Amino acid sequence: MVKENKTLGRGEWAVEARGLVKTFGDNRAVDGVDLQVRAGTIYAVLGPNGAGKTTTIRMLATLLRPDAGSASIFGYDVKKEPQIVRQLIGVTGQYASVDESLSATENLIIFSRLLGLGRGEARRKASELLEEFGLTEAAKRPLKNFSGGMRRRLDLAASLIAQPPLIFLDEPTTGLDPRTRAQMWETIRRLVKTGSTVLLTTQYLDEADQLADRIAVIDRGHVVAEGTADELKASVGTSSLHLRVQRAHEVDGAKRLVEHTLGVKAALSAEAGKITAPMSDADKVTDLLIALRTAGIHLAEISVLKPTLDEVFLTITGHGVKENENSASHEAEPEEVLA
Amino acid sequence: MNHAGIPSAATMRLKNRPSFYQTIRNSLTMAYRGLLKIRHTPEQLFDVTLQPILFTLMFTYIFGGAISGDVHSYLPVIIPGILVQTVIGTSIVTGVQLREDMDKGVFDRFKSLPIARIAPLAGALLADTVRYAIATVLTFIMGYLMGFRAEGGLGSVAIAGLLVIVCSWGVSWIFAFFGVLARSASSVQGISMIILFPLTFLSNAFVPVDTMPDWLQWFVNINPISHLVSAVRELTGAGTFGQDVAISLAGAAIIVAVFAPLTVRAYMRKA
Repeated sequence: MVKENKTLGRGEWAVEARGLVKTFGDNRAVDGVDLQVRAGTIYAVLGPNGAGKTTTIRMLATLLRPDAGSASIFGYDVKKEPQIVRQLIGVTGQYASVDESLSATENLIIFSRLLGLGRGEARRKASELLEEFGLTEAAKRPLKNFSGGMRRRLDLAASLIAQPPLIFLDEPTTGLDPRTRAQMWETIRRLVKTGSTVLLTTQYLDEADQLADRIAVIDRGHVVAEGTADELKASVGTSSLHLRVQRAHEVDGAKRLVEHTLGVKAALSAEAGKITAPMSDADKVTDLLIALRTAGIHLAEISVLKPTLDEVFLTITGHGVKENENSASHEAEPEEVLA
Repeated sequence: MNHAGIPSAATMRLKNRPSFYQTIRNSLTMAYRGLLKIRHTPEQLFDVTLQPILFTLMFTYIFGGAISGDVHSYLPVIIPGILVQTVIGTSIVTGVQLREDMDKGVFDRFKSLPIARIAPLAGALLADTVRYAIATVLTFIMGYLMGFRAEGGLGSVAIAGLLVIVCSWGVSWIFAFFGVLARSASSVQGISMIILFPLTFLSNAFVPVDTMPDWLQWFVNINPISHLVSAVRELTGAGTFGQDVAISLAGAAIIVAVFAPLTVRAYMRKA
C-alpha cells in the first residue's frame, strides 16, 4: 500500500501548532493556540469545559479544519497532508469512538481491517488487544452493556492497533471511578515507555501533574500558561499549611511563630484558632513543629492543601472556573462529571 | 504491553493519497460492518420485508379491476411497477440510517483513520443492497403467489431484479447526500419523501400513460423511473433487453457521478 518513502528531519517535534483558530458562529472556540510537543513525551492540555481543548485536538487530528494558523504532526502539515497525518496518529475521543451496534471483537477487527491488516492478522490483533486491556470476557457482548471504563479501554485499544507514534487522548479519565482512572494512567505511562508520544486533555490538575512532562493551561481558546508541572505550580502558588491550635487564646502566639519560622505571612481564618500559611519549603515545617512544642502550644489539627484547578485558574486568568459552577468540587471527585 | 517496536515517524513509509485498491478494500470492510449491523439488529429489516408484501397485495387488488379489467391481467403491469417503487423507496432508509450512524462517535474514528474518505459512505450504501435484494425477492414471490408468471423466464427475472438493485443503489446516493447534509434523521425522511413520491407516482408504474393529460405524459415519459419500470416489464414479459435497460443504467450512472462526489465533499466538510 505504500510506494513513496519520505524521511523526516524534523522528527523532534511530534506536534507543532501556531496560532490555531476555530470559530463556530460568534464563538471563537480556539483563538490562537500555540503548542509544541516533543516526541516521546506526555503533554497535557489542561482547562475547564468549553476552554477549547477538544476543538484543538480535533484540529490536530484532522477532524476539523483550522480557520487560521498552522499545525504539523512530525513535520507533516495537517491541512496539506492529512492522509499522512492520519497514518501517524491514534485518536481516542471524549465520547468513546467505538461502534455501539457491534461487539468489542468486531469493532477491533473492523478497525484492523481498515488499517490494512489481513483477515487472520486482524483477528489475532483483536484478541491480543482485548487480552491486554482485560476485555476478553466481554469480547462478544454488545457494547450497550459496557461500563464507561470498559468503553474507554476498548476505545484506547482501538487507537493502538496501528501502533501510531502519536496518540491523542481527549479527557481519557473523565467519568471514570478512581480505580479505573488509576489503571488508565498506568496504561498511558506504559505507552510512552514503548516510544509513543501522548497528547491528552484533562480538567484535573492532579492528572496533568501525575502524567505529563509538560502542561499547557488553556482558557477561553487561549494558552494562558505553559511549562512543566513544577513550573506551573510554582507560578500558581504553593501548597498551603493549615493549623488549628487546641486552646484558642494561643492562636496569636502560634501565628507569630509560623511567620517567624517559615518566613511567610500567615492568615487567621474565621474559624476559631485556625491559621493558614503558604508552604513553599516543606522541610521548614519540622522547625515549626519543634518551635511550637518548645513554646508549649498544642495543635488540634494540621493539614496541607495542594493548589486546586480552581486556584490555578484564579491565579493565572484572574477568574475562577466558570463552567461547572454547580460542581465546584469536581477536582476531588472526577466521577461526578459523567461522560 | 508488547508494543516494544512502535515505529517512529521517520522510519514509516507514508503517502498522502489512498490507492484505488485501498479505496475498494476500505469500502468492502465498511460494507462488512454494515452487514454485521444488520445481523445484530435484524429488526431494521422490518420495512423491506413487510412493505413488499403489503403494497403488492393492496395495489393489485385495489387497482387491478379498475385499470386492467381484472386482477390477473393487471399483474404483469403492477409487479414491475411495485418492485421499482418499493426498492427505490427502500433507498430512502439508506439516507436516514446514514444520518443516524454519522451522529455516533464511531464516525470520528473513521475520519481519523488513514482510509479512503469515500469508504464509510460507499460501504454503508453497498451493505444496503442486501435490503434491496430482500425487497426484490419478496416482491417477486408475492407476485408469483398471486398468479404472476414471468414469460421471460427465471433468468430474466433475476436480471430484472439485479437491474432494479443496481439502479436503487445509484438513487441511494441522492438520499445519502441529504443524509450527510441534514441535521436530523427525520428531516432526511421528510425531504426524501417529497422527492420520491412524485417520482414514483408520476410514472408508468401503476397506470397506462395514455390515460394521463398530455403535459403529464411529457414528464412521465422522461421520468427515469418510467424507463426502469418499462425495462423490468420487458425483461419479465418477453425476456428481451430494450433501450430502456440502457437508459436506466445510464440514469443511475449519472446520478452516481453527480451525487457521489457531492456527498463525499459534504461529508468531508461536516465536522
